[in-house]
Amino acid sequence: MNIPFMAMRKVVAMFSIAMVLVSLGSIAVKGLKFGLDFTGGSLIEVQYTEAPALDDVRTLLAEGNYQDVTVQNFGSPVDVVVRMGNAYTPTLGDEVLSTLRDNGNVKVELMRSEYVGGQVGEELREQGGLGMLLALAIVMVYVAVRFQFKFSVASVVALAHDVIITLGIFSLFELEFDLTVLAAILAVIGYSLNDTIVVCDRIRENFRIMRDTTPYDLINESINQTLDRTIITSMTTLFVLVVLFFFGGESIHNFSLALLIGILIGTYSSVFVAANLLLAQNITREDLVPTPKEEIEDEMP
Amino acid sequence: MLNKYPLWKYLLILLVIALGVVYALPNLYPDDPALQLSTQKSTSVVDQRTLATAEKALQDAGIDLKEAEITSAGGTLRFNNGEDQLAAKPVIAAALGENYVVALNLVPTTPEWLSSIGAGPAKLGLDLRGGVHFLLEVDTPAALKQRLDVAASEMKNSLRTERIRYRSVEVSGGQMSIRFLREEDQQAALELLQDEFSEYVYSTSSEGNDYFVEVGFTEAASAEVEAYALQQNLTTLRNRVNELGVAEPLVQRQGSNRIVVELPGVQDTAAAKRIIGATANLEFRLEAGLDANASDIDTLTFRDGSGRTARLERDVIITGDSVADANSSFDENGRPQVNISLDGKGGSQMARVTRSAVGRNMAVVFIEHKSRSRFVEGEDGKLTEVRRSYSEKSIISLATIQTTLGNSFRITGLDSPRESSELALLLRAGALAAPIYFVEERTIGPSLGAENIRLGVLSAQIGLLVVMAFMLVYYKVFGIFANISLALNIVLLMACMSLLSATLTLPGIAGIVLTMGMAVDANVLIFSRIREELKAGLPSQQAIHSGFNRAFTTILDANITTLLVAVILFAVGTGPVKGFAVTLSLGILTSMFTAIVVTRAQINLVYGGRKDKRLFI
Repeated sequence: MNIPFMAMRKVVAMFSIAMVLVSLGSIAVKGLKFGLDFTGGSLIEVQYTEAPALDDVRTLLAEGNYQDVTVQNFGSPVDVVVRMGNAYTPTLGDEVLSTLRDNGNVKVELMRSEYVGGQVGEELREQGGLGMLLALAIVMVYVAVRFQFKFSVASVVALAHDVIITLGIFSLFELEFDLTVLAAILAVIGYSLNDTIVVCDRIRENFRIMRDTTPYDLINESINQTLDRTIITSMTTLFVLVVLFFFGGESIHNFSLALLIGILIGTYSSVFVAANLLLAQNITREDLVPTPKEEIEDEMP
Repeated sequence: MLNKYPLWKYLLILLVIALGVVYALPNLYPDDPALQLSTQKSTSVVDQRTLATAEKALQDAGIDLKEAEITSAGGTLRFNNGEDQLAAKPVIAAALGENYVVALNLVPTTPEWLSSIGAGPAKLGLDLRGGVHFLLEVDTPAALKQRLDVAASEMKNSLRTERIRYRSVEVSGGQMSIRFLREEDQQAALELLQDEFSEYVYSTSSEGNDYFVEVGFTEAASAEVEAYALQQNLTTLRNRVNELGVAEPLVQRQGSNRIVVELPGVQDTAAAKRIIGATANLEFRLEAGLDANASDIDTLTFRDGSGRTARLERDVIITGDSVADANSSFDENGRPQVNISLDGKGGSQMARVTRSAVGRNMAVVFIEHKSRSRFVEGEDGKLTEVRRSYSEKSIISLATIQTTLGNSFRITGLDSPRESSELALLLRAGALAAPIYFVEERTIGPSLGAENIRLGVLSAQIGLLVVMAFMLVYYKVFGIFANISLALNIVLLMACMSLLSATLTLPGIAGIVLTMGMAVDANVLIFSRIREELKAGLPSQQAIHSGFNRAFTTILDANITTLLVAVILFAVGTGPVKGFAVTLSLGILTSMFTAIVVTRAQINLVYGGRKDKRLFI
């Protein structure tokens, strides 16, 4: 089996560029729907014994003079999340809870309550962004040292591609972006890099073995050789992520979703994007295998 | 010979696995819901008599007790289930009285032979256990202002002693400004202050007929004040948390001006918040005489809401900081009161002042530092939080001094028994050196914690089954090797978590599940390499050998980069996310060992040193 991956490179490149542009556009226009962790604010999650009508809950809260609240179901009809704006007093969560209990008429159990100050949210946002950039920078240095500079450009651009598209999908579909999603995206960087490294490693190895092959054919061959492994590892990882998505509970729903999207794109990018970028940079045998001095001396008797 | 490990290598692997199993084992024993008994005072101890009292009370209340024992931390009462534990807490608290602290806890049921070699279950994070997490910010500008206020009165004293006339002293925004009418006074004051208070920086200015000396902190001095405020608050918060009766609390500094407080298993978050964030303190002051100078008088209202006011002297006899011990009780009429004992210095100060004031009235003033947050729309349309702190002072009681007061006395005039016991607690634990604000708070109810554990374990089990089935179908016999390694990987991972006493969180469990998917990667790399070598016509022993060798660098490179990212994740993340980074990075390390060494050992055992035969791969 030998799939001519590199023959599709132009089409694929157009596709990737289009995806990245759409993602960047969406992030620029719509922005990300940041969760409580990053915006600051308060929320409480409660569980009713019987599914309440959300409108009744809203009316109840409006009567209790809580403005600027949103009431939503969280995973199931009995679970309700009440999000409140920024005005915070240390007892707000308890007050809302007792309002919901409506003088003990309704059985409501507190699942969790969260408050994040605006300042803290802003810092987390900054820290998260910095963390992502730092991860990319460290990867770039490591790959440049272990492989070669062209490889490091290729893998970092591929990683940025994965991150941007995952963020783009979160922005486009208005999925909530909280701290766990940030963690997922960093994990995607690690995972997708893992994939890319395996392909790059094979390309490097093949440059040493196959002396007469053009870089174009050689890269194609390398991708085909590692394809088996790429697909299987991605599959086992995707399996467990699907399990996490469906069974892991509402609180890590978006976390597993981000990983699912990121790993799908990461698999695609390690096959198409990274290799494509290597070719675009005119990678040659000399980049990887320094011409040994002995050989030169041998040729000059 | 190819594919043979020497005996010692097999033995070493067996040893590692055996250790892994032993240290992972405690995680299989579920924790007991328990009550932790301890005491804050040196006068009372938790002993068999205490336990007997508790057991008797439980018997009377009809609550089943599983086991009671004395531990180094005090006493532990184990229960069969969470309901019994919750029902027992008020019963025991009432039976033992105020000198004992009764805290909810989860106690491991690790068998003795395991705990004797230091094995124990992994710690559960708040999201799995339930509890509260607070992030508090210390108001360091307020601490600086307080210090300047003190300095201001000292400087005024010095100026007065040296007969240097000043017009006014104002403290605002970390700066003090002293106003003089004559330039000579300004110069003389500058010389004097620079000489006597060298820890401050001085500058002078003039405006019309007014001459100013501005006093500010040197950078080192302000850093020292801030560090002191933080340290003092940490100590106070630790005391308060201990008084609250929480098992295994965490009070830790974070960054330059923040404090993390984690209280596992706390149910009544409102009370916890009230006590942690309380800035209440007391002041004892004399009522002002009729002839007192108006500038030395504060007019304060009473706390009882009657609207009455009293004129008090500005000078404070002592504050709550001089209190050595305090506890609450009831007076003859059944009203709540707080009994106070002062420390030596406070006691003599009190005696000195009251000796010459018999017959006058003394007021107990309750002070609370509060802050109000407002959101102001800035020029860019963004809302920013503006905090304004203020303090509320009110009179708890005003009573005639009958005789010279000594070290101990009592305060009445409190609203409720709750208020008196909380005031006693705050006086015992000490006041905060600077006000604190809640900047983050997360409460996880106990049922959500249990639900999270259930979901986490369920997805881990399903994930494991799916991956194992897949490997078996795809790699046949070699799939069995990989699956054994995978199972051992999880055992080793849990053992490492226990040994490092790392905290397991829900994203942490997700990390373990993710590790399962990724841990087989190394084996997949090796196996597909072996398949390739077989296809290229190598004999099976050669294929195994070179498959492992050639896949090794790839595995190493791929895993090191992932590890680097996991470390960054650890540095950036907080709480649950940190847990994810921990399991992810530990998982990478253990999976390298199991996938490379353990799988190889199995293959060597089965195939090594024999004639080339067909490989089921």
